[in-house]
Amino acid sequence: MAKRIDVESLNVYYSDFLAVQDASIKIAPLTVTAFIGPSGCGKSTFLRTLNRMHEVIPGGRVDGKVMLDGEDLYGPGVDPVNVRRTVGMVFQKANPFPTMSIYDNVIAGYKIAGTRKGRNELDDIVERSLRGANLWEEVKHRLNRPGAGLSGGQQQRLCIARAIAVEPQVLLMDEPCSALDPISTLAIEDLISELKTRYTIVIVTHNMQQAARVSDRTAFFNLAGVGQPGRLVEYDETTKIFSNPSEKATEDYISGRFG
Amino acid sequence: MTEPDPLEEELRSAGAVADEQRRAAPAPTRGPADPPSSAAGGSGTVRSSISGQSVRRGDRVFKGLAAGSGAVLLVVMAAIAAFLVWKAWPALFAGDANKGNLFTTQKWSFSSEGPSNFGVAALAFGTIVSATIAMAIGVPVAIGIALYISHYAPRRLATVLGGLVDLLAAVPSLVFGMWGLYLLVPKTQGFQSWLNEYFSWTYIFDNTRFTNPNQYGQSLLMAGIVLAIMILPVVSAVCREVFLQTPRETVDAAWALGATKWETIRTAVLPFGRAGMISAAMLGLGRALGETIAVALLLSSAFKINGHLTEKAGDTFASTIALKFGEASGTPLGIPALITAGLFLFVITLIVNSIARAIIARKKDFTA
Repeated sequence: MAKRIDVESLNVYYSDFLAVQDASIKIAPLTVTAFIGPSGCGKSTFLRTLNRMHEVIPGGRVDGKVMLDGEDLYGPGVDPVNVRRTVGMVFQKANPFPTMSIYDNVIAGYKIAGTRKGRNELDDIVERSLRGANLWEEVKHRLNRPGAGLSGGQQQRLCIARAIAVEPQVLLMDEPCSALDPISTLAIEDLISELKTRYTIVIVTHNMQQAARVSDRTAFFNLAGVGQPGRLVEYDETTKIFSNPSEKATEDYISGRFG
Repeated sequence: MTEPDPLEEELRSAGAVADEQRRAAPAPTRGPADPPSSAAGGSGTVRSSISGQSVRRGDRVFKGLAAGSGAVLLVVMAAIAAFLVWKAWPALFAGDANKGNLFTTQKWSFSSEGPSNFGVAALAFGTIVSATIAMAIGVPVAIGIALYISHYAPRRLATVLGGLVDLLAAVPSLVFGMWGLYLLVPKTQGFQSWLNEYFSWTYIFDNTRFTNPNQYGQSLLMAGIVLAIMILPVVSAVCREVFLQTPRETVDAAWALGATKWETIRTAVLPFGRAGMISAAMLGLGRALGETIAVALLLSSAFKINGHLTEKAGDTFASTIALKFGEASGTPLGIPALITAGLFLFVITLIVNSIARAIIARKKDFTA
């Protein structure tokens, strides 16, 4: 079941440095939300707070609330490991495990969790996940080959297959296409529209056409200056952001006047 | 030594053809801005902005230096092997001069008149067993140290610990030997007798000779433990560097799938470091097999194969060479026999390293 995300006045820190200030956002289930903004504005940092990946960086911490269907991810008694099993993530650089085969990459989440499953069940998971990531036809004959031997676009889809294999409720994507050619990018964008029917998706992108193509709602992040914290400037329907934004800064950014 | 590189040959001949074509072509008329040709009569070659030698001098010099260094290595290895075989020859093929069998005899006695009686069996046993004990204890501990320093310890503590480990490598092996002999051996008599009491069923910890803990002491087990400590620094230093090289993205991938710290290490760090860990273990094994003075101090020589590791018996190739060198020159086969021991050590090390290389190569496709 896809879940909704409510972030309430979240401050994100790297040690003493405030990277994102007072961000609040409501993300509806089964939607695609795009985060756009200039480099260094904190959109990736903010994204990583949604599955508690931010705190694996030494000094990374937050204050504020991130509610997943009403449950605070940062509340007491919450295990970040279980958060990350619920909120999957795909990274900017495709990162299949270099020592694993395609097959083992897909089921890596189960292996890590120590879930015992029969061979048939695992085979089903691998096929379903790879089909879900539109990769099955390309790799079904070489599942035992190393995952790192695939092309960049295929590797990224393998990472998506790995993320959806464990059936998360939310999928976070941090610039998933920034290293891919236009055809692979298109493949991933098509995939996002399909995945949207089952997952809540949040995607960070530098490509504004991509944000306009794939997302229902768009959040624009900006920072006042060097050394200043990033802020969530505007969050609205994607069509509105790209046609008639309320904020001057958003309009300047999307029309290419800065950033 | 170096074969002519086919590609280079091709490039060079292609360049020569191009040169000829350039020379054959009529010189284009020069504009006023062109610099005057250095060739007399204006019939020289005109150099455009992209003409030049396809292989630069710097490339050639560097390639020569690198290839030369590689060749030096081969020459040195071959020279060592040839020297060992040559000097060991009288002992390798002693015929009637050796009453024993070179491979199976557990004796090391030489005579200046009559035939000698020697074989490397006990030395090979002691060398392999002490090195195995050292690896079994030292490598896991070293990997643990490396993981702690690279992934668990706070940065400041990690720096201090890393420095300490490196310092351990700077302790002379003689000091390790004396420490083992005068501290470890007396302090572990109770432990060794306890092993006999409760683990005699394992055979290796069985001790049929000693009845009193005070009799325990110098043994292959103790030598192995001291060797384990001696290989710690090199193994953990190499492992630490390897673990630190694990790509951030791979570690992130494990985190994002809901891995705990240990699961992240098991999924991302250890598989990535596999080849490096094997190489590190091989460096440690090299030291354990070849360690001389610490082992010579710690073992009480008996030239017997004895599987009871806490009993007083044990010799290794290296310790025997060190201990017997002084008296060896008095007999015709003394020195050749010691060099034979060196040759066996050399061959064992080569075999073990080849096996390690093969293990690393077997999963080549699955390394980063």
